[in-house]
Amino acid sequence: MAPHPSSWLRVLPEGLFCEPGGFFIDPLRAVERAVVTHAHSDHARPGHAHVLASAETLALMRVRMGEDRAGAVQQPLGWGETLAVDGTSIRLVPAGHVLGSAQVVIEHAGSRAVVSGDYKRAPDPTCRGFEPVPCDVFVTEATFGLPVFRHPPASGEIGRLLASVTLFPERSHVIGAYALGKAQRLIALLRLAGWDAPIWLHGALAPLCAAYEALGVPLGDLRPATAAAKADLVGAIVLAPPGAIADRWARRLAEPVVCMASGWMRVRQRARAGGIELPLIVSDHADWDELLATLDDVGAPEIWVTHGREEALIHAATARGIAGRALRLVGYEDEAAGDEAGEADAA
Amino acid sequence: MIAFAALLERLAFTPGRLAKIALLRRFFATEPDPDRGWGLAAITGELDFEAAKPGLIRALAESRVDPVLFGWSYDYVGDLAETVALIWPGTGQAVPPALAEVVETLATAPKPTLPAIVAGWLDASDASVRYAILKLITGALRVGVSARLAKVALAELAGGRLDADAIEEVWHGLAPPYEALFAWAEDRGPRPDPAEAPVFRPPMLAHALEPPDLAALDPAAYRAEWKWDGIRVQLVATAGGRRLYSRGADDISPGFPEIVEAMDFRAVLDGELLVVRDGVVAPFADLQQRLNRKQPGAKMLRDFPVGVRLYDILFDGDEDVRALAFDARRARLEDWFAAHRPARMDLSEIIGFETIDALAALREGARGAALEGLMLKRRDSPYVPGRPRGLWWKWKRDPLTIDAVLMYAQRGHGKRSSFYSDYTFGLWRAAEVGGDELVPVGKAYSGFTDAELVFLDRWVRNHTTGRFGPVREVEQALVLEVAFDAAQRSTRHKSGVALRFPRIARIRTDKPAAEADRLETLLRHVAKPGPGSALDPLGP
Repeated sequence: MAPHPSSWLRVLPEGLFCEPGGFFIDPLRAVERAVVTHAHSDHARPGHAHVLASAETLALMRVRMGEDRAGAVQQPLGWGETLAVDGTSIRLVPAGHVLGSAQVVIEHAGSRAVVSGDYKRAPDPTCRGFEPVPCDVFVTEATFGLPVFRHPPASGEIGRLLASVTLFPERSHVIGAYALGKAQRLIALLRLAGWDAPIWLHGALAPLCAAYEALGVPLGDLRPATAAAKADLVGAIVLAPPGAIADRWARRLAEPVVCMASGWMRVRQRARAGGIELPLIVSDHADWDELLATLDDVGAPEIWVTHGREEALIHAATARGIAGRALRLVGYEDEAAGDEAGEADAA
Repeated sequence: MIAFAALLERLAFTPGRLAKIALLRRFFATEPDPDRGWGLAAITGELDFEAAKPGLIRALAESRVDPVLFGWSYDYVGDLAETVALIWPGTGQAVPPALAEVVETLATAPKPTLPAIVAGWLDASDASVRYAILKLITGALRVGVSARLAKVALAELAGGRLDADAIEEVWHGLAPPYEALFAWAEDRGPRPDPAEAPVFRPPMLAHALEPPDLAALDPAAYRAEWKWDGIRVQLVATAGGRRLYSRGADDISPGFPEIVEAMDFRAVLDGELLVVRDGVVAPFADLQQRLNRKQPGAKMLRDFPVGVRLYDILFDGDEDVRALAFDARRARLEDWFAAHRPARMDLSEIIGFETIDALAALREGARGAALEGLMLKRRDSPYVPGRPRGLWWKWKRDPLTIDAVLMYAQRGHGKRSSFYSDYTFGLWRAAEVGGDELVPVGKAYSGFTDAELVFLDRWVRNHTTGRFGPVREVEQALVLEVAFDAAQRSTRHKSGVALRFPRIARIRTDKPAAEADRLETLLRHVAKPGPGSALDPLGP
């Protein structure tokens, strides 16, 4: 009988560790060997000696943290390729979260664990879609692990945004969006909806948008909001990090309609507390229905939950006859964390 | 229902008045009858369903959802209707019901049939429509739109031919879904005739008297009255019924049954609603107790007895006297009062004066708990709705001031969302552990200029010592001169005192924080019934 993954995949203070392979997955501090699922800063930390990830993730890590901090040795692994590492094999499979995001499929002595990283099932024009892989243990996130979180189709949210732009043509619409992933997805969705006008960017978003374009994701006419005359921003759509939309930076805009694109916007109190005038429910994480559908698709008899609302997801898994275990990995953030982080007058 | 749900969603998050009007106007312009009329009724609070109550919602949710998951979700979301709207299984791919169908069914369907009907609607709807349906049942839309604002938006639909006051004059004679009203607004039908209905008449309002106005004032042309600190009301008694309206056209009759009972006459009167005990007018905080109750109990009626001090007469019997001059109306009011002697009412006193200086002295002496200052009304002024210039003036007494220390700041809303513009300030008192400590006494978010706001915002950011969510704690180092109209005892405040209408009068960068005022100084200002407030006893 094959050894259960719990005998070779362990939780250490640094994070989830594959013992026979000698590597961590998304370690929370600098380690010798890291496999990184995607380039968000809570999963991709600087300073590892050896980093294995998708080519896109490595490219985005270099933009975020600089060539020298993104790993002394950076080893890309192509989609569908299998790499043998000390008695284990590693494969990267698209996770659908952001450009380059991958699930890590690890096999050892006849058993298979899949570490999802962050993922979503809804279509995203800026990245490859999630592919379910049957496994013995599925290590999942549960950021939106409550049944009240059910994201509507993103195209409908873009429709609401454009309707608001039509209704308030004399105001600018400023959208708070994560710099990596959310911002580019919104831009791509706006282009798909026919918005060909320039989209204005807070300075913090520009390098990652340029990186997406270099990696083959066209985003159209993007311009720096900082350099815009106030008149240019009348009726315009502006993207900025969540911390900047209601702060001093936003004073350059024309009577802004403050929008925020996040799965948390589903709950009114979250939107209201943030002073958001137009909440847009656009998330790069699986919602409740997607989490449950994924459990069915991968068919694992056991799930481990890395972070989020694990108690509700484990409760629902148990009702399906699936064993659940909470890993309680501290350090993976909520999607909208760091409201005040962007307060500094970033350009 | 989809358009109505989208409207509620936008209104709830939109802080700006003009933006709210734009959203309402678009809804009225694009939705058909009778849906838009039912929407208007829901927003103005005119709907109340006997059979459909919140208990129904909880029972429905428990029938469809795992109770453990429901419990965790309700804990997280904090609002029953919202939790059920979000958690309801299914994604609403069918055609949701029209608003008219929902409203008409909720009003007429027998109670035992409702759970199945509502469940069917929820199955057919998405989360946004589900929320709107459930909020119609729970009754509190909480979208921050007054009935008045809805009427302003409706008047815009008429493209300048009507104003909100014109709509006000027919409003209370109409019933949802207001098809005749929309027809009138769109110039497709005549003005709906309120006939004998007890409709609200838009009140006449005053401008604040500023020094240049005062210098130009001819004392012989004006009458003076005390300005009372209650709420302005309109009493309407016609063949069609009796109503007590607030200044904003809200029907507050059910909250004040003793006034309605005393309205055994036919007239439309303008006055001030006050809590009066043994002929002495109580502070506004006492009236607040009554305003918070939609239907007061016996103890409330006994402990907070109200009366109306009458200022003016709009209709004497069925005769519209608004076009008469103030002096002529006052004579009609006095004659009318002498003839009817209604219980719980008296006449506002006309204060004799020869010169503006004499009047100024009277105003200075007006320090009673329930006096705000003086009203000056032109003797020849007709009763004109709105705020016509030069006819009526309000001349509030000078505010009281204290020098307080800034303690906390919070960001504002709308245009001020990037500024720390809400300030909590405190005064010194002896601490139990020795030395002095600051105790918060109030919160102000007005009174400063734009330049002062920029200064305060920067000061807060540069002197932050702690953060609690949206609130910043700051160094106890900046003195603010705070103006306020009155100080009242309060058990709800840590300091034991509440300020009426506090605002920032000046930033005192010249004054060290240690020299700011002490709590004892403020407590000396706590309002006592003053000489001005014990006028003629009210009521029987």
